[in-house]
Amino acid sequence: MKLKLDKKNFIPFLQSLMDEYDLFAPVQLAEGVSVYKKIDQPEEVDLSIANPQKPAKEIFFPQSETMFRYEKAGKESRITSTEEIKRNRILLGARPCDIQAFSLIDHVFAGKDYTDTYYVNKRKATTIIGMGCDHPLSTCFCSSLNGGPFHREGSDLFLIDLGESYLVELLTEKGMAFQKNKFLEEANEKEISMAKGIEGKATEKVKPSIPVNGIEKKLDQMMESPYWDRVQEKCLGCRVCTYLCPTCHCFDIMDEARTNKGRRVRNWDSCLSSLYSQETSGHNPRPTNRERTRQRLMHKFNYFPRNFDRIACVGCGRCTLYCPAHFDIRQTIKEIQEGSDK
Amino acid sequence: MEVRSKAIQNSIREKARELLSSKKVDVVVGFGEGTLPLRATPIFIRSPEEVDRLIWNSYCENNLATYLYKLSQFKVGLVVKGCDTRSVIALSREKRFKPDQLYLIGVPCQRMVDRRKVKKAVKGEILRVSEQGDEITVEGEDFKKVLKRDDFLYPSCQVCIHRNPAKPDVLVGDPVEESSLVEVHPDVKEFEKMSPEERWRYFEKESGRCIRCYACREACPMCYCTECFVDSSNPKWIEKGLSPSDIDFYHIVRAYHQSGRCSGCGACERACPMEIKLTYLTQKLNQDVKELFGFETGVDPDAPPPLSTYEIEDRQEFIK
Repeated sequence: MKLKLDKKNFIPFLQSLMDEYDLFAPVQLAEGVSVYKKIDQPEEVDLSIANPQKPAKEIFFPQSETMFRYEKAGKESRITSTEEIKRNRILLGARPCDIQAFSLIDHVFAGKDYTDTYYVNKRKATTIIGMGCDHPLSTCFCSSLNGGPFHREGSDLFLIDLGESYLVELLTEKGMAFQKNKFLEEANEKEISMAKGIEGKATEKVKPSIPVNGIEKKLDQMMESPYWDRVQEKCLGCRVCTYLCPTCHCFDIMDEARTNKGRRVRNWDSCLSSLYSQETSGHNPRPTNRERTRQRLMHKFNYFPRNFDRIACVGCGRCTLYCPAHFDIRQTIKEIQEGSDK
Repeated sequence: MEVRSKAIQNSIREKARELLSSKKVDVVVGFGEGTLPLRATPIFIRSPEEVDRLIWNSYCENNLATYLYKLSQFKVGLVVKGCDTRSVIALSREKRFKPDQLYLIGVPCQRMVDRRKVKKAVKGEILRVSEQGDEITVEGEDFKKVLKRDDFLYPSCQVCIHRNPAKPDVLVGDPVEESSLVEVHPDVKEFEKMSPEERWRYFEKESGRCIRCYACREACPMCYCTECFVDSSNPKWIEKGLSPSDIDFYHIVRAYHQSGRCSGCGACERACPMEIKLTYLTQKLNQDVKELFGFETGVDPDAPPPLSTYEIEDRQEFIK
């Protein structure tokens, strides 16, 4: 079903969402720097931001999350659960690449073998309002990875920016619940065809260009390749590419304890950090950058496809855009495919 | 490409070819072409046949001295700007490499262009960039804009008065005139005007965007501890999450660990994906160290580093 939202009604529309849901949307923190966060005031929402630095995975898998709290008073001890999500949520304005990433990390947190309560509870409680990516960048390669700037899979509702208004598509049962929202009106033919035009233009801009087919097999042969020596050279060993990646999902569990109370926390972790694989004995099976950069690429393009039949990259381009040493993953993919062994 | 940069680029390649052919060095660390406009990327050249991959332009913004820790087994030819040389001198004072291990290819620096500032000056994605004299031309799908280069330089470059590398093994390009474009680092200037409360709010607003990726730490040549205090779990000095007190603690300690050691290159700030301002702190500390001890990092290789030198008869009256 296709409706429209006049931009004049944008703020009251957001307010109507916030009356019933906790709203999460892109917010600008400084000029050119933004994140998804829980909205306190509808005016904070900024949908003009194509992709915030930090991906939308944060909504289901926060960078730092309390798993439970504990306290000891005398001989009694008390544990307080933090698992329950008390209010339904909306994620607004995520682009198709970030949304496609959910379907990948679902395999890990909500897969056949294991259910991560923290992730699943948030995922279930959330309605996703995706948004067409009308100005994809030259670093975007979503269409090479089964996505696209107007890929709707995973969205419950989908917005397309028409300038004066948004075209609002209701795509799932969760989405249909918004049919009666008083700020949404029927879209006319002209608006629908305008949206098609915008979609066509953006899709044309992101043609499949990065050769990922068969990369898993290529990597099967490359575990001991000297190529990794070259890949690792300029890597500084920071965590930018992994923290800003919509599909990276590693975490570390810590206790933050005071004398008789504390909380168990899980924080994002990164395979590029030397501590990540360091064992209690002091031995580190990934002692240098070589093993660590290899791990990052192997996980995305070999282990993940082997386990779940999908490449763990959505082509959002963040790692390429934000790497302080300007490491370009597109180039690496091409080099691997061309059979670089030097 | 600007004539001067082109000439420097040729000299870097020539020198690299000579160093590698004569086996004076095992590797030359310099800059290569980026895959995006406004970017260059660190490259590691190991054979004379590869030297033509080396480039020089206004986007050679990384401080390559940060890679030295990885190359302790090799003889290294390092392409350095003035600020990078100062880091090398400071590292040498801290005995971070063997005296004959390094060959410095010094470039008198034209000051580096702030790619983010350039990006913010236009609407839409920049697809091409070129430089003519003191102008930068940026082009996108439906725009073309000419910018005045001096208005788009990194803050640390605007204030720099050590653009000529001190005592490199070879200098490529004619020395530049040593004068700053602004007297005080623009962010330090703003910071100094603030009351202590305002300073704290400003600091918290900036550090509040931190995602603890540690890009600032890794980009810095002076952050070379095998185990950083933030990573230690026994004792655990600091929690690993996003509590403001932990993040603030990290940023304060990082800045203080740099006092008397920081060359002011600005690599930390440029590495930050969240565009957190960092050099207002380190540069302010640099200013204080200069005022109190008359010391500037890496300018005089023989001057004792003030914060790691102990004498019973301390030279400074105020500290006795």
